[in-house]
Amino acid sequence: MLKIQNLQAGVEGREILKGIDLEVNAGEVHAIMGPNGSGKSTLSSVIAGKEEYEVSGGQILFEGEDIDELAAEERAHKGIFLSFQYPVEIPGVSVTNFMRTAINETRKARGLEEMPANEMLKKIREKSELLEIDRNFLSRSLNEGFSGGEKKRNEIFQMAMLEPKLAILDETDSGLDIDALRIVSNGVNKLRSKDNAVIVITHYQRLLDYIVPDFVHVLLDGKIVKSGTAELAHELEEKGYDWIKQEKVSN
Amino acid sequence: MAYTEEELKKELETKEYEYGFYTDIESDTFPVGLNEDIVRAISKKKEEPEWMTEWRVEAFRAWEQMEEPEWANVQYSKPDFQNISYYSAPKKKDKYKSLDEVDPELLDTFNKLGISLEEQKRLAGVAIDVVMDSVSVATTFKETLAEKGIIFCSISEAIREHPDLVRKYIGSVVPQKDNFYAALNSAVFSDGSFCYIPKGVRCPMELSTYFRINQAGTGQFERTLVIADKGSYVSYLEGCTAPTRDENQLHAAVVELIALDDAEIKYSTVQNWFPGGKDGKGGVFNFVTKRGLCETNAKISWTQVETGSAVTWKYPSCVLKGDNSTGEFYSIAVTNNYQQADTGTKMVHLGKNTKSTIISKGISAGRSQNSYRGLVQVNSRAENARNFSQCDSLLMGNNCGAHTFPYIEAKNKTAQIEHEATTSKIGEDQIFYCNQRGIDTEKAIALIVNGFSKEVLNKLPMEFAVEAQKLLEISLEGSVG
Repeated sequence: MLKIQNLQAGVEGREILKGIDLEVNAGEVHAIMGPNGSGKSTLSSVIAGKEEYEVSGGQILFEGEDIDELAAEERAHKGIFLSFQYPVEIPGVSVTNFMRTAINETRKARGLEEMPANEMLKKIREKSELLEIDRNFLSRSLNEGFSGGEKKRNEIFQMAMLEPKLAILDETDSGLDIDALRIVSNGVNKLRSKDNAVIVITHYQRLLDYIVPDFVHVLLDGKIVKSGTAELAHELEEKGYDWIKQEKVSN
Repeated sequence: MAYTEEELKKELETKEYEYGFYTDIESDTFPVGLNEDIVRAISKKKEEPEWMTEWRVEAFRAWEQMEEPEWANVQYSKPDFQNISYYSAPKKKDKYKSLDEVDPELLDTFNKLGISLEEQKRLAGVAIDVVMDSVSVATTFKETLAEKGIIFCSISEAIREHPDLVRKYIGSVVPQKDNFYAALNSAVFSDGSFCYIPKGVRCPMELSTYFRINQAGTGQFERTLVIADKGSYVSYLEGCTAPTRDENQLHAAVVELIALDDAEIKYSTVQNWFPGGKDGKGGVFNFVTKRGLCETNAKISWTQVETGSAVTWKYPSCVLKGDNSTGEFYSIAVTNNYQQADTGTKMVHLGKNTKSTIISKGISAGRSQNSYRGLVQVNSRAENARNFSQCDSLLMGNNCGAHTFPYIEAKNKTAQIEHEATTSKIGEDQIFYCNQRGIDTEKAIALIVNGFSKEVLNKLPMEFAVEAQKLLEISLEGSVG
């Protein structure tokens, strides 16, 4: 589904990603871990197509197509979803209105008619129940005055509504208390299928107790320095990132 | 492809005025220049009674002594008042009985605007009094209104047919000498609308007037007078578009509203006059005086969506004379390119227990300047007056400006006055967030702007709200930085 080859990218002339290789297939969950400043969020922004990031080398193939030239919304239309680490506020635009616009714009891009209102309502009801979201919440302005946990839950709600092929969860666990973490993880797990894939970007192993990855990659200074199974995450939790750094040096 | 700031700027610059076309209808135009003879000639042309002629002349004499105001936060080269023609009317002066008799080119103009009379006629509950180049050329639904005793006609007709009403109320809220432009308007007003709702009558439909400026070098001086008699209700809509022009066009309208005891007037405006080119050349100068008077328990509500004009100078106001009267002002003002707007309201509390609400939303893009200027005045006898004001500004890019000038004068200790203000900027992060959800940049801006303006859009009558939303999108296409 996603194939990243020797990806080099940066912002304002500063190189942050220094040759990333990553392959994610349908049905898989990959975790990308790493300390602050290792390039985790840059990687998610580059895949999603944030324009201030420049790709200086390598390529990103999504379902066999080079997406470098595609705008962020076009990537979204193809089924790439990013759960933001810091979701932005849009005053006066309700969660429902925002979702309706997003879904219909995506449908339009795919040559489909707008979703009928009753179908939309049904879907909203179904997905909000999945994430234990109160109905009043849906008529509030997007992210305005939301708590950290509400923001993250709202991100996963949007993911559930948009049903992406590839979901990238950028630090979704940050700012979540244990109950919210359980609800969010539960939601993600229920949305997993053999047809979609998830990339979980996280600092800590904690989230991976709930969303169990098939593969774990360690990102250090813009490169994936080690890959393994869920076991690797536990090892990191115990030994810290220094262990990998030392290992890297001794190699 | 993704937008960069530069690309967006370019796109915005090439964005042409959507309704920029010119209707070639033969006109009967006066020579340029203004003096007492011209004022008398206008009055004569319109077959006005002597008192009206003298009223105009009085205004003209006052205007001659007045100076053009300079306190507004706008800069423009002052119009040469001797280089303007003060009267222009379509040549065919017969009143049309049906659309078949109307000049096809005029109908074509309305079709281009998407407001064809045919369509409007079918639109349930909307009567249109079309003012094109100063003379009303068609009036619809008049008979239905007449059954309820409602008078809705051009002001010229009202002067002829209902002189007592006009004479009693014209200038009663905006006196001839009120200000420079009001005096000018009083002297030379060409036409406009008149509306009278009798006692206890609830006007069954939205009354609507479409204004257009359509003659090169013709200033437009509209005069509107709305009288809601005791216990009556009316909702009045005013919408405007104008064709592209190279030279500046002056527009100095006066609108007077009178809400007698227990009456309510809702006055909504969507204004989309030519804002000038991307280089700031041309565009309409819009210097308008709008004011309403509330008697006991009366209510006046101004709602405006201002997207057009090169320079706007406009403060729809309420004089809360009667006890327990209410004034409201809801405004969205959008400026782009080199547009300048200095707009707001005045709420003058004279009676006891008077209430006023001000919600102002300013949106600035390009190199435009957008100012809110508002006065809340509580008179010494106005016990328990209350005001709430909220002024929000939204900026797009780094070259525009938003300014707020609130004036508060409270002379009664019981007054409660609240003022809130915010300034925000459409951020690249907001745009990217929308993009990531599959919403392109144009649509994202529309969404954010509509969200920002929601409180005001909600106050507009349904059919107007849709039009207003479209205008906001057109006015701001591609204008984020």
